Amino acid sequence: MDKITLAHGNGGKLMHELIERLRLKFSSRILDEMADAAELRVAKSRIAFSTDSYVVKPIFFPGGDIGKLAVCGTVNDVSMKGARPLFISLALVLEEGLEIGVLDRIADSVRKAARKAKVQVVTGDIKVVEKGAADGIFINTSGIGVIEGRASIGVRARPGDVILINGPVADHGMAVLNVRENLGFRSSIKSDCDNLNFQVERCLKASKNISVMRDPTRGGLATALNEIAASSNLGIEVNEKDIPVRRSVKHLCDILGFDPLYVANEGKFVCFVKAKDAPGVKKAMGPSARVIGEVTTGHKKEVRLRTSVGSSRILPTLLSTPLPRIC
Amino acid sequence: MKKINLMEVCGTHTMAIARSGLKKLLPKGVELISGPGCPVCVTPQEDIDRAVKIARREDVIMTTFGDMMRVPGASGSLEDAARDGADVRVVFSPMDSLETAEKHPGKKVVFMGVGFETTSPTVAATVIEARKRKLKNYFVIPGFKLLFPALELLAGSEKLKIDGFICPGHVSVITGSVPYREVADRYRVPCVITGFEDADILKGISRLLRQISAGKSEVEIEYRRAVTEKGNPRARRLLDEVFRPADSAWRGLGNIRSSGLRFRKEYSSFDAGKAFKVKVPRASLPKGCLCGDVLQGYRSPKDCKLFTKKCTPENPIGPCMVSSEGACAAVYKYG
Amino acid sequence: MCLAAPARVKSVDKDAAEVDFGGVSRKISLGILSGVKEGDHVLVHAGFAIGKVSRQEAEDTARALKELKDVFRS
Repeated sequence: MDKITLAHGNGGKLMHELIERLRLKFSSRILDEMADAAELRVAKSRIAFSTDSYVVKPIFFPGGDIGKLAVCGTVNDVSMKGARPLFISLALVLEEGLEIGVLDRIADSVRKAARKAKVQVVTGDIKVVEKGAADGIFINTSGIGVIEGRASIGVRARPGDVILINGPVADHGMAVLNVRENLGFRSSIKSDCDNLNFQVERCLKASKNISVMRDPTRGGLATALNEIAASSNLGIEVNEKDIPVRRSVKHLCDILGFDPLYVANEGKFVCFVKAKDAPGVKKAMGPSARVIGEVTTGHKKEVRLRTSVGSSRILPTLLSTPLPRIC
Repeated sequence: MKKINLMEVCGTHTMAIARSGLKKLLPKGVELISGPGCPVCVTPQEDIDRAVKIARREDVIMTTFGDMMRVPGASGSLEDAARDGADVRVVFSPMDSLETAEKHPGKKVVFMGVGFETTSPTVAATVIEARKRKLKNYFVIPGFKLLFPALELLAGSEKLKIDGFICPGHVSVITGSVPYREVADRYRVPCVITGFEDADILKGISRLLRQISAGKSEVEIEYRRAVTEKGNPRARRLLDEVFRPADSAWRGLGNIRSSGLRFRKEYSSFDAGKAFKVKVPRASLPKGCLCGDVLQGYRSPKDCKLFTKKCTPENPIGPCMVSSEGACAAVYKYG
Repeated sequence: MCLAAPARVKSVDKDAAEVDFGGVSRKISLGILSGVKEGDHVLVHAGFAIGKVSRQEAEDTARALKELKDVFRS
C-alpha cells in the first residue's frame, strides 16, 4: 500500500503499523514506551505530556461535541499515566465558511470541559484553510500533567493482574454513528465523553499496585487490550458476560451488525491492578465499574474471550472499521 | 467413530458459531462446514465492477448496504470509488435509497441489490413503492440469489457428503419450511431451520444429530418463534410481482440454474442493467484462490496457500475473506 | 445470511410502523408483512418487518438460553 487510506486512522491494525513505521524514525527511550502520554523529567519534576487531534464528524453529537472531546481526550491520556493534568494547548484549524456562532459554541464547550476537569487552556493557535480542506473544524490539544509521589503508570501489566473497567462500552461510537450516517434511529444513547482524572486519582489513592491504565478510544476495548497484551508480552483473558454494555447500545449494535468491543469510547478506562487491591479500586472507579478479566502467562500477546456459552476464542485487534450490515 | 458433516448454509450462522467458540463444545467427530450463504461472498465480480463503474458517473448516487462497500473488483471497491469522489452512500434500508431518489430528482439513484430471500422482497416492495410515487430516477442492480437451487447443488454433491443442514432462520421466515421438504426427501438429509442465538444453534445441531442417529431426514423448525410452515406469502407474492428467477453466476461456484433474479418486463424500467450500458471485464478467481472449494465446503480456509499469507481481511483476494461473514474471515479472526 | 432484530410495534400508520427494539426506536416499513397491529412483536430486516415473533416461543427460547448459560457457568 503506498497511499494513506481511511483505514489507517481507524485505530486498528493498519494504524498501529503506520505508527510503528513513524516511531522508528523518532525512536527514543521516552517515545518507545508508546504509552498514552510521554513521561518526562524536567528539573526535579516528572511530567506527563500528551497530544491528540480531533476530527470527529459530526462536530455536535448526543452527549457532547468536538470541543468537549478535545479537552477530555487529552486530559484522559495524561491521566492514564498516573499524572494530574494541569495545562492544555488548543490549536484550531478552521474551514473557510464555518459560522462564527458554531465556533463560539465549541469554544464554550472547551471552556466548560476545562473548568470541570480543573485544567487551564494556556496557549493556542488558529489556522484557516480553504473550503473542503477541513470538516468544519479540526482541533489539536496537547496536555501536560505532573506525576506526584508514586511510581508512574507504565505499559506493562503483571501476571495475575485483575482487569477493571469503569462502565459500559460503545456508547460514544454508536451515538456518533447514528447521527453521522443518518441511520434514522431514535434513542437515548449518548456519548460517554467525560474527563477521567478524578476517577483516576481516587484509584491511585486506593492502590499503589496499579500497573497499567488505558482509555479505549478508536478501535474499542478489544484493541486496547491487545495493545497491552503485546507491550506486556503476556496473555489476557476477559469474560464476555462481565463486559458491561447498555441495553440500548447492545440492541443498536445487534441491528447494525456491530460488535460493542470494537466501538469507540470517550469516558472509559481499564485499570490493571494486583488482585488483592481490586475491590478497593473497583469502589474508587464508581458504581458502574466491573471486573472483566485477568492477565495470564499463557498465550502471550494474545487476548482471549471466554464466551457466554462457556467456550473461548481469540479476541483480535480491530481490522477494519465496521459498517452497518444486513448480513 | 464415523465423521458427521453438518453444513451451516448461512453466513450469519458461520459468524455466530465462530464468535461463540461453539465448535469446541461439539462432540468429537462432528464437523461443522461453512456453506455459500453469504451474499457478499457469492456476488460475482462482474456485478461489483458494474456497480463501481456506475457509481463513478457524475449523475449517479450509488446506495448500498454496508456489506458491499469494501468488496474489491477489477478496478477497486465502492469504497475506493467513494474516496475518488463518487457519491456512494451506505443505507440501512432500501427505503432509504428511495427517499434519496425523491430528494435528488436531478440525479439517478442506484441501489445495489444483494441478498437472499430475506432481503429481495424488501427491494421488490421498494420498487413497487417507487412506481406508486412515479419516480423516474430510481434503479436497482438485481444481484439477488435464491437459496434452494444452491441447497440442491450442495445436497447432491458427489465430492462432499453433507449429513445434515443447519438452515437459515431468517430466509425461512419468508419461505416457510415447506420448500425444504424436497431437498430433505430427495437427498435423504435432515434439515433443521435454526435461529441465531447460541442456544438456537446448539439446539439446532442437537436436533440434527438426533435425526441422523435415528436415520431420519425430516424438516424441523428450531426457530419456532419466528418461522412457520407457510412463511410470509405476501412477501413472496411481491417478490414474484417484480422479479422472476433466472440463471445466475455465483462467485467461486459458477453458474447455477434459476438461482438468481431478474426484473420482470413490467418493472424493467427500474433495472440498472438496462438503464446503464456498462461493459466490464470477464472475471475469474485469482490464481491460487480456493474460495470456490471453500464455499462448497470441499476445502477449509487453512487448506488455501494464500490464507493469511497473501490474503488477509485488509488485503482480501477472494470473496470468502472480503465478507465479514465469509468462512475465511471467520477463521482468520477467531481461529 | 441475514441480520434481523426483534422489535415491539408502538404504532401503525398505513404501511409504516414505529417500533421499539429495546431503548432504540425507528420507523420501519410494513410493506411486506400483513396484519401488523400495535403491541405485536416483529422481526426487522433492512428496515422492513419480515415476520411476526411469537411471544410464547420467544420466552421459551429466552429461558433455554438462560438455562444454557447457567449450565455452562456451573
